[in-house]
Amino acid sequence: MVREIAVETVTKIVCDMCIQANHFLSPDMEKALKEAGEREERPLAVRVLGQLEENLKIAGEEMIPICQDTGMAVIFMKIGQDVHFVGGELEAAINEGVRQGYTKGYLRKSVVGDPLLRVNTGDNTPAIVHYGIVPGDKLEITLAPKGFGSENMSRVFMLKPADGVEGVKQAVIQAVKDAGPNACPPLVVGVGIGGTFEKAAIMSKEALTRPVGSHSSEKHICKLEEELLEEMNELEIGPGGLGGKTTALAVNINSCATHIAGLPVAVNLCCHVNRHVKCVV
Amino acid sequence: MERHLKLPLQEQDIKKLHAGDYVYLTGEMYTARDAAHKRMRDALDRGEKLPVEIKGSAIYYMGPSPAREGRVIGSAGPTTSSRMDRYVPQLLDLGMKGMIGKGKRSAEVIDAMVRNGGVYFAAVGGAGALLSKCIKSSEVVAYEDLGTEAIRRLYVEDFPVIVAIDPEGTDLYASVSG
Repeated sequence: MVREIAVETVTKIVCDMCIQANHFLSPDMEKALKEAGEREERPLAVRVLGQLEENLKIAGEEMIPICQDTGMAVIFMKIGQDVHFVGGELEAAINEGVRQGYTKGYLRKSVVGDPLLRVNTGDNTPAIVHYGIVPGDKLEITLAPKGFGSENMSRVFMLKPADGVEGVKQAVIQAVKDAGPNACPPLVVGVGIGGTFEKAAIMSKEALTRPVGSHSSEKHICKLEEELLEEMNELEIGPGGLGGKTTALAVNINSCATHIAGLPVAVNLCCHVNRHVKCVV
Repeated sequence: MERHLKLPLQEQDIKKLHAGDYVYLTGEMYTARDAAHKRMRDALDRGEKLPVEIKGSAIYYMGPSPAREGRVIGSAGPTTSSRMDRYVPQLLDLGMKGMIGKGKRSAEVIDAMVRNGGVYFAAVGGAGALLSKCIKSSEVVAYEDLGTEAIRRLYVEDFPVIVAIDPEGTDLYASVSG
């Protein structure tokens, strides 16, 4: 049975999600930040985490965006193959939602229409949309506004099979080291392993939308997530990059099949304002 | 060490600052980020005057989110300073005294700070709602067409920052491993 969904519904949901994501962090993120504050001993690290906690409180209570960089709107659309969109163009409806959300929500318009000419589009469109077709008749929309302080420090490494798990670890740790204070630690680190050049990058982005504290269902990947998190926090980059135990709150790895000759690794860094909202229609 | 400082910064006050000091700033500062820095550089290249008095100034690397009705400003935290590095030595040589942002600076910037007695403060990245509460007035003074990237004059009260690089060139970030 084909299920019809009006694109107008998508516009409304995307609009609301933009405002929600930029003012309220998901409970997993709030919990992780609070726990980090309890672990830290250095006065400066405690102070920075205290400011972040207070910042979240003010943001929610007074409706001031958590961060002034309200990001580029990254959207994952998981579309059931039995869904039929009616009433207009889907992508235009998504962008209309972003336009409305960023205007009504007093969010910063941070998008330029051309990477070289650099004129602001004035409404934060276009969004970056990743589509996937899945079984069923549901629509799952995930919105992750992405700030560029951390995006700029993200990396793709095309490793060789011989580099193995040790090579992957070195690459991820190198990306975190190079980012230092610039990516606004404590970070959430999204990693994509396998696939192709672009698949690894998209997986690393999608990994950031997984709840902090969740783990890969693959045993060896889950182990890698835990080991990498421990190693990152031994770097002592700390909150704000000013030293401390909490360099990262989580490492989320997504992986998939790859070519016999390759081992792509993408590292998508996200600051402590790891915003993501999910909605199923 | 915790200090309260007035803006514009005075030379004798700057000299006392050490990397790691926790400072509350009160007074006027300008905002400028990538696009405004490029325009200032282009103006200087053409032999024109800058749109603001750079001598003695402090520049905050920040582009706010829009203010809701009845409010001074929206979220207003620092952006990554290193993107401004290529423009900064010239501004320091012209008399700029302070910078507020987040993240590491280049060796060229640190040299120019030492040469001119400048200071670099770090504000906490991602604390834009909290920091906005310390901003008591905001007015666009140049490049209005740049929107969030326009140059604004802010009046701040007890704006919390940390001395990241002091006038002697001591770099707090360099002491952090990673």
